[in-house]
Amino acid sequence: MLRFIVRRSLQALLALFVLSVLLFAWLRSLPGGVVSALLGERGTPENAAALRSALGLDDPLYVQYWRFLQRALRGDFGVSNGVFRGEPALDVFFQRLPATVELSIFAMILALTLAIPLGYVAARRRGGPLDTGSVVFSLVGVAVPVFFLAYVLKYVFAVQLGWLPPSGRQTVGINATHITNMYVLDGILTREWDAAWDAFKHLLLPALALASIPFAIIFRITRAAVIDVMEEDYVRTARAKGLTPRVIRVRHIMRNALIPVVTVVGLQIGALLAGAVLTEKVFAFQGIGQALAIGFERRDYPVLQVLIMMAALIYILVNLLVDIAYAVIDPRVRTK
Amino acid sequence: MTAQPITSPRPAADGAGEALLSVRDLTVTFGRGRKAFRAVDGVDFDVYPGQTVGLVGESGCGKSVTSLAIMGLLPGRGNTVGGRVTFAGEDLLSMPADQLRDRRGRDVAMIFQDPLSSLNPVVPLGVQVAEVIERHKGRNRSDAQQEAAAMLKKVGIPDPDRRLKEYPHQLSGGMRQRALIAMALACEPRLLIADEPTTALDVTIQAQILALLKELVSESGTALIMITHDLGVVAGLCDEVNVLYAGRIVERAQRHDLFATPRHPYTGGLLASIPRLHEERGRRLTPVPGSVSDNIPWEQGCAFAPRCANAVDVCRQQTPTLVPDRDAVGDDRLLRCHNPLTANPVDDTPTVEEDAR
Repeated sequence: MLRFIVRRSLQALLALFVLSVLLFAWLRSLPGGVVSALLGERGTPENAAALRSALGLDDPLYVQYWRFLQRALRGDFGVSNGVFRGEPALDVFFQRLPATVELSIFAMILALTLAIPLGYVAARRRGGPLDTGSVVFSLVGVAVPVFFLAYVLKYVFAVQLGWLPPSGRQTVGINATHITNMYVLDGILTREWDAAWDAFKHLLLPALALASIPFAIIFRITRAAVIDVMEEDYVRTARAKGLTPRVIRVRHIMRNALIPVVTVVGLQIGALLAGAVLTEKVFAFQGIGQALAIGFERRDYPVLQVLIMMAALIYILVNLLVDIAYAVIDPRVRTK
Repeated sequence: MTAQPITSPRPAADGAGEALLSVRDLTVTFGRGRKAFRAVDGVDFDVYPGQTVGLVGESGCGKSVTSLAIMGLLPGRGNTVGGRVTFAGEDLLSMPADQLRDRRGRDVAMIFQDPLSSLNPVVPLGVQVAEVIERHKGRNRSDAQQEAAAMLKKVGIPDPDRRLKEYPHQLSGGMRQRALIAMALACEPRLLIADEPTTALDVTIQAQILALLKELVSESGTALIMITHDLGVVAGLCDEVNVLYAGRIVERAQRHDLFATPRHPYTGGLLASIPRLHEERGRRLTPVPGSVSDNIPWEQGCAFAPRCANAVDVCRQQTPTLVPDRDAVGDDRLLRCHNPLTANPVDDTPTVEEDAR
């Protein structure tokens, strides 16, 4: 197991290195560029040239990359030159991480708690109205773009009905102490129930929008896996033993059916990060996704670099965890 | 058309009395309307306490479907089960699901063909053996584990305490089948149904498993229904043999009588297709010609007629019925044939399985 983790970590490092090279080259090949973003309308060719050489942008790309890498290894990803001007890029990431983590975890919990039981029931009543209905529903869930769903949810529940707040993470000026910067958790930890409830209401719509795709995919995988597993000989053996329906469902059907679900959940974490960019933008939810969107508009390279690299790191770590979880639930993987 | 209920041939070796299991006019139909297919068509047989009854036939003759219907394990949709299956005086087919569950695994147990796919790959063996003990004997987890270990030992699995923690993929094929037998016999059932229990195993392991089954059922007085396509298995194990063809019983006899004088041409064909040791080398095997796809429907005559060397005109015009056969060696034989084989004994009984121990 330890060897497995070490090997996977080395693979992860290699992947990160390759990504950093590609990212670096790609960001610098974008039209516009940092100089015009910094100087704006007032830039003359002369100050542009001066700024370019001051920033080291005249050096060959590999020299620039080497400089970037040396600093990055010391934890210095440069300073934001966009909206967060003056702040170290890495700080922007860490300030905004808790919001996105809170949103993603909540969205994933929503998706899992709805999709797995529904997938099981749909499989058991295959072809029935509930099954057909939820399959269509999940197709819609995959097909509708996240930002569109986000706007619809916002329009209906926030603008028209006014049940939930349309944007932000917490009502401005509410009395709230922040420890972890996950606002719902903070409210619970400090027993500031009003603050927790307020943060929860802000979280609900973005989380629903963000959960739509993972929900749809996990539902379909669960349903397909349960249908497959129910036909397996060992389920027949379990029934031949006269076991109760509960034991058959939990021990013999779900324990096997969840193996493919775990893989998909891992992959969906990546989709969640992508979805967070759009959802956070629509709901002005101050997380990594929103920072990424803003960073793009302003060509804020240091911030973009650090956010994308960190997102990739999170993605790789989550997949490592998924592989470990895999070994835990499937003994055939463990002993290989 | 349905066969007449046939009164029992004879009680088992260990004495007279009521049949433990009595199957009457069992009919299983898949699909409905014009696409309906009758996999089991009016099957009757009895199993007495301690008796071993064979159901023999080639793939698709309905032998496995018969066993699954008895256990109530057919997939819920797409099939219709008719007739009566009486176990110890109670009709299993009309019994509520929860009562049937109480009997499955405790009174009637089953072992299956493919031991690897029949075991749950992600649950330790110990849990899979112990769960049936917990369920039916009301033991707690640790007592059930101890009984499971004892049971594994009984079926010849060495070092049972270690094996309990292992997973099916860590065991050999023979071990897996032994483990399945341990699960099936853990609650001392009165009837065990073995559906081709050796088909997926090596020949040497087959013999061991059959010897084990024989020992365990005779020791505990468990009645056994042995489902197989392999007459060698029948020769070593069964008291009474039912030969199935296209969903119907075509011949029934005591084992020795059947091997001595097969009467139905299909039985004769099955016997002739067994390879024999002391036959001259290079002689070709004699298979039963044709395949089940050549069958004609029972309504139009004898389903086997198109493949039958003995077929005469009446075979394609009139459906044969299962009637007592008094012209052959042995008592209480039943036969469904217009033109049976004459009493021309096959020279020997295959003895592979009997020598196994």
